Amino acid sequence: MEKKKYQRIVDSHKPVEHRGQNAFIAFVTGGIVGVIGQLLIELYTRFLDVSTKDASVFMIITLIFIASLFTAMGFFDKWVNFCRCGLIIPITGFAHSMTSAALEYRKEGFVTGVGSNIFKLAGTVILYGVVSAWFFGLLRLLIMGG
Amino acid sequence: MIYIYSFLFAGFVCMIGQVILDNTKLTAGHITSIFVVVGAFLDTFSIYDKIIAYVGGGALVPITSFGHLLIHGALAKAQDFGIIGLTMGMFDLSASGIVAAIVFAFFLALIFKPKN
Repeated sequence: MEKKKYQRIVDSHKPVEHRGQNAFIAFVTGGIVGVIGQLLIELYTRFLDVSTKDASVFMIITLIFIASLFTAMGFFDKWVNFCRCGLIIPITGFAHSMTSAALEYRKEGFVTGVGSNIFKLAGTVILYGVVSAWFFGLLRLLIMGG
Repeated sequence: MIYIYSFLFAGFVCMIGQVILDNTKLTAGHITSIFVVVGAFLDTFSIYDKIIAYVGGGALVPITSFGHLLIHGALAKAQDFGIIGLTMGMFDLSASGIVAAIVFAFFLALIFKPKN
């Protein structure tokens, strides 16, 4: 009896997760980031007179700069908490994780703190990206000849 | 038209990530890792190239494009040097993004103080 009562109280205080709403917010915000990316590519090709390939590199650097700057200024964390995957999956999430790690460990010193922790979150992306790209690249090289 | 495709594709990828995040015990770190691997896997058969040709910036923004850039850098060098080329060219295309993230993160950590 006591257990059931306890369980009911626990359930009533659990934060309600709106899964559908979360997915919708992630869809809209992620889509907006995608549109901004395409917009920047078009702006760079038009005004800087570079190829689409170079413009896409400029676009990625721009997004990384914006995400890092907003993280350092303090309000990007709130955006990430609201949009969740809408900002984590785009390249902004990569920049956010590095800048927030750098800021968080700043008080432990620049070598032992920032230096050894900056890749704490972004490191898994690089590790699994490199390992899988190497493996799949090897497969493609052996089977399809590059 | 390419803006609509960009919106739909980038939004769709993020939505898949959010659905995985909400319905499993995986963290955001797991999900970004999975998406990078998926990006590299799709380019084993040049699928992601075709998506980029259709969707433009919407396909370059999600982290899946990072896997795509890694495997293409590796394969470009592998054309000239064989299997050793895979290790030589890995970061050729994605270096700009990684370097930008490192440099900005460091200098912004120098300038700004964390707010709690």
